[in-house]
Amino acid sequence: MQLITAVIKPHVLDGVKDALREHGVQGMTVSEVKGFGRQGGHTETYRGAEYQVDFVPKLKLEVVCDDADVGKLAEAIRGAAATGKIGDGKIWVVPVDSLVRIRTGEAGADAV
Amino acid sequence: MKRKLLAATAFAGLSILALAAPAAAQDQYDRTAATGAEAMNMIVLDNIFIFFAAVLVFLMQPGFALLEAGLTRAKNAANIMMKNLMDLCVGVLMFALIGWGIAYPGDFNGWIGSAGLFVDGFFSGATVDISPEALADDGFYPLAVPVDFLFQAAFAAAAATIVSGAVAGRTKFVGYLSYSIIITAVIYPIVVSWQWGGGWLSEAGFVDFAGSGLVHMTGGFAALAGAVVIGPRIGKFGDDGKPRALPGHSIPLAMAGVFLLFIGWFGFNPGSQLQADMAVPVIAVLTAFAATAGGAAALATSWIMMPKPDVSMVGNGILAGLVAICSGIGEMSPVGTLITGGVAGVLVVISVLTVERLGVDDPVGAFSVHGLAGFWGLLATGLLATTSPVNGAEESAGLLYGGGAGLFLDQLIGGVVIGVFVFVTAGAMFFGLKAAGLLRVSPEEEQAGLDISEHGSPGYGPDLMPSPASV
Repeated sequence: MQLITAVIKPHVLDGVKDALREHGVQGMTVSEVKGFGRQGGHTETYRGAEYQVDFVPKLKLEVVCDDADVGKLAEAIRGAAATGKIGDGKIWVVPVDSLVRIRTGEAGADAV
Repeated sequence: MKRKLLAATAFAGLSILALAAPAAAQDQYDRTAATGAEAMNMIVLDNIFIFFAAVLVFLMQPGFALLEAGLTRAKNAANIMMKNLMDLCVGVLMFALIGWGIAYPGDFNGWIGSAGLFVDGFFSGATVDISPEALADDGFYPLAVPVDFLFQAAFAAAAATIVSGAVAGRTKFVGYLSYSIIITAVIYPIVVSWQWGGGWLSEAGFVDFAGSGLVHMTGGFAALAGAVVIGPRIGKFGDDGKPRALPGHSIPLAMAGVFLLFIGWFGFNPGSQLQADMAVPVIAVLTAFAATAGGAAALATSWIMMPKPDVSMVGNGILAGLVAICSGIGEMSPVGTLITGGVAGVLVVISVLTVERLGVDDPVGAFSVHGLAGFWGLLATGLLATTSPVNGAEESAGLLYGGGAGLFLDQLIGGVVIGVFVFVTAGAMFFGLKAAGLLRVSPEEEQAGLDISEHGSPGYGPDLMPSPASV
């Protein structure tokens, strides 16, 4: 099992969710996060004074999946989240040692 | 260059219009001729109208509260609300106990002795004749004292609450409470006594219909004194001394406050006619003109001076237009009103930026909106008062309407004296509080936010974002 984590622009969430659903994904977790990468934040003005926003609002999406699905799911996320402009975010994958569905006690791949 | 030419042309055009369009003379119904049932009806109508005007002026309290809360940070929201609650409570109580007696030393309706410091009828339970018959016998001033008091107390609370935004985010609650008591009990009533209480300003021919000077300059200059004495919030100015933005946490809240204040002003200005007559709707329209001209002018100014049009600056512009027109609204033509409001909208944007560059931290622009626009409003009356005022008052015309410099000088002197008096007395009070260690919270408390450090719980509770500790 693998954990796919994607940091994406907030407005692409619906597209990413739909793309994952089309690939049979039944669940995912989203959290509001802030951060910066090469984009390096941006400048805003308020009542005539400028201020630097270093940490830009993003969404972090997490999906656990079977090893076999990692490639196509990561590509589905990338396809739906890419706008071609700087600040589109990142996707990374890490192995998952164990997984349990709390309600039923199912473990491992059955709990995906 | 093109832009400047355009502005100059527009200004010249407006100036000509202003001179060409004096207000239509209003043939006022002769109120003194009314007798019997007619007089009774007139007096009841006057009193009920002023009661509703007072209610509208009280609506400005949530307006101020939301405006100030929205333009400051979330960690101080509960503290701002508390200060506004106390401006209302302290304002009404102090004005009843002490302020009213200072502001109106005359023998009005036999309620207040000329030396009285208390609205004694309220406290002694003395029977006071508030029947229309008794009021009719009093002739020209048919407002019952309870109605008049309610209206004036709403003004006192409004003057007091102007300051809380200017000193937001770093003031000790007990220090603010002390300020609120002193301004509503003493400073504001003294200024009011000079004009509305029949003092030296009214004898000099000073014109301040609804209080550009008496109410707004008082609040605005006290706000400036407070902001100067207490110093800027941590992080407001960089190491290079340049102002930095500390964005307010909710523009929707703040602008809802502006809308409430706009509506409340329909009590503030038309109610200041102090009777229900046909000048009231005219004053109401001029109120709307000044507000909208102020907002439009602030939009244009902020669009020219900043990368993008700033929302809260336009909100300030609407309020500046309203503040500026208070003084001369009974005497101005619609065009004079538009000029007064429009210039206020331009001035307020420039002033907000200038105040910051001078190292003063006024998070909501209280001085610019109330102090500076109030002063401009007094001067505007000296320039643009017509010869045929809608409110039927017999005042001299302004400089641009052939009245000479007399009224303008009266307005200038009155404005300077009010500004200096309030700045000095409020400044001395804030210095006193500072010396006593009652003015400013510690840096740690400031950074934690006043909601927690002064009141023990946040303005936006844990329900909004459950944390492990709160479940």
